[in-house]
Amino acid sequence: MTVEEIKAAILAAVPGAGVEIVANPSVSGQHSLLIAPANVVAVATFLRDDAELKLDFLSNATGVDWPDKEISEKVKVTRAVTKTVDGAETTVEETVEETRKRVEPGCLEAVYHLFSVAKGHGPVVIRMRTANRSDQVELPSLTPVWRSAEFQEREIFDLFGIVFTGHPDLRRLLMWDEFKDHPMRRDYVEPDDFEYEPTAHDDVMKRAQEHVARVKAAEGAASAGQEGTVAGA
Amino acid sequence: MVEEGLKIELGKQGVFVTTIEELYNWGRRSSIWPMQFGLACCAIEMIATTMARYDLARFGAEVFRPSPRQADMMIISGTVTKKMAPQVVRLYNQMAEPKYVIAMGACAISGGPFKQGYNVLKGIDRYIPVDVHIPGCPPRPEALLQAFMTLQKKIDGQSLTGPNRPRHLNADAQTEFPVPVQGAHDLEPTSNPGVWPVQIKTVIGG
Repeated sequence: MTVEEIKAAILAAVPGAGVEIVANPSVSGQHSLLIAPANVVAVATFLRDDAELKLDFLSNATGVDWPDKEISEKVKVTRAVTKTVDGAETTVEETVEETRKRVEPGCLEAVYHLFSVAKGHGPVVIRMRTANRSDQVELPSLTPVWRSAEFQEREIFDLFGIVFTGHPDLRRLLMWDEFKDHPMRRDYVEPDDFEYEPTAHDDVMKRAQEHVARVKAAEGAASAGQEGTVAGA
Repeated sequence: MVEEGLKIELGKQGVFVTTIEELYNWGRRSSIWPMQFGLACCAIEMIATTMARYDLARFGAEVFRPSPRQADMMIISGTVTKKMAPQVVRLYNQMAEPKYVIAMGACAISGGPFKQGYNVLKGIDRYIPVDVHIPGCPPRPEALLQAFMTLQKKIDGQSLTGPNRPRHLNADAQTEFPVPVQGAHDLEPTSNPGVWPVQIKTVIGG
């Protein structure tokens, strides 16, 4: 079944499900289905139980972080411009190119890869997205549908910070309970514990340079403070 | 002290001469019981070292103890994650003196390929004193045997009196180290003072 057929089947079974096809332009052409979080449990149950699809195996669940994106685009604007032509002031309509910036709000996404062991087909990729990246990060859990989602959803919760409602045991999986950050988010700031690296390059080199600059600044501030006390004494 | 040449000569005549210190260290180095505990893939090499082909039992270290109370040596065999580090330090504190540590493999000595990650400790020697570091990813069983023999040489070279006497004979020596707390962003503290940076005192077999 193609994604279009699966989409039609879902819409026939769960009316108003809110299914969108996310095309994959690469050679693999592995298109996925973006499903509205409101109906996702009904859709997932249908995918699992439908006689033709029988997607009985969730092989992989993972997360994606889509940060807020600033898009600048060039727009042609027609404006009235006052000009002095041959000593007389005239108003001329002129088309100017203008760069406009807008911020596309980001979101967190959960991706599930489904296979059918009974039918021997797959993968069918379904995705769902949160409303934003800060306070509305809830998504319905698919653990009641596929049990194998339990630990993988815990991992997504741990590393991306998506809160799965209806999950039987939503705790951090890899990091400790007291940990506050979500390390796989694009804006995660690591602890500043850089050490000498013999073959630093790219990101590591950048971190090294930043770290050295920070240490030097701190040392400079400390020695300046000492000089200050000496001068004061 | 008896001269080495005289000792050999007496030995040829059937007279065995030794010192208490030598006998004591010989006994200690020939029955180091490791703790039965592995952290990652290095543990597989450690298991291989105990098996028939490499046979760690030749060195008197075949008895892997499942309790830190009965173990003399801890082989940190593998990646120490920041989630695991407090437990490793706690296990070390629970061991009775004399106790020794071998840090096995790139991860245990420095963080290895995960050094730049957010969740892996950059070497267990920031929290507990390490006697022997073994590089390698993972080190071959021969390397673990070499480390073991290095540790035996170290024990052999310890004098029982004087300022360099082993820790278990020195009431003032620190034998327990603070267990790091898992904080909101990182382990706190990031290293134990007095342990890190490592103070290199002597070179064994140099």
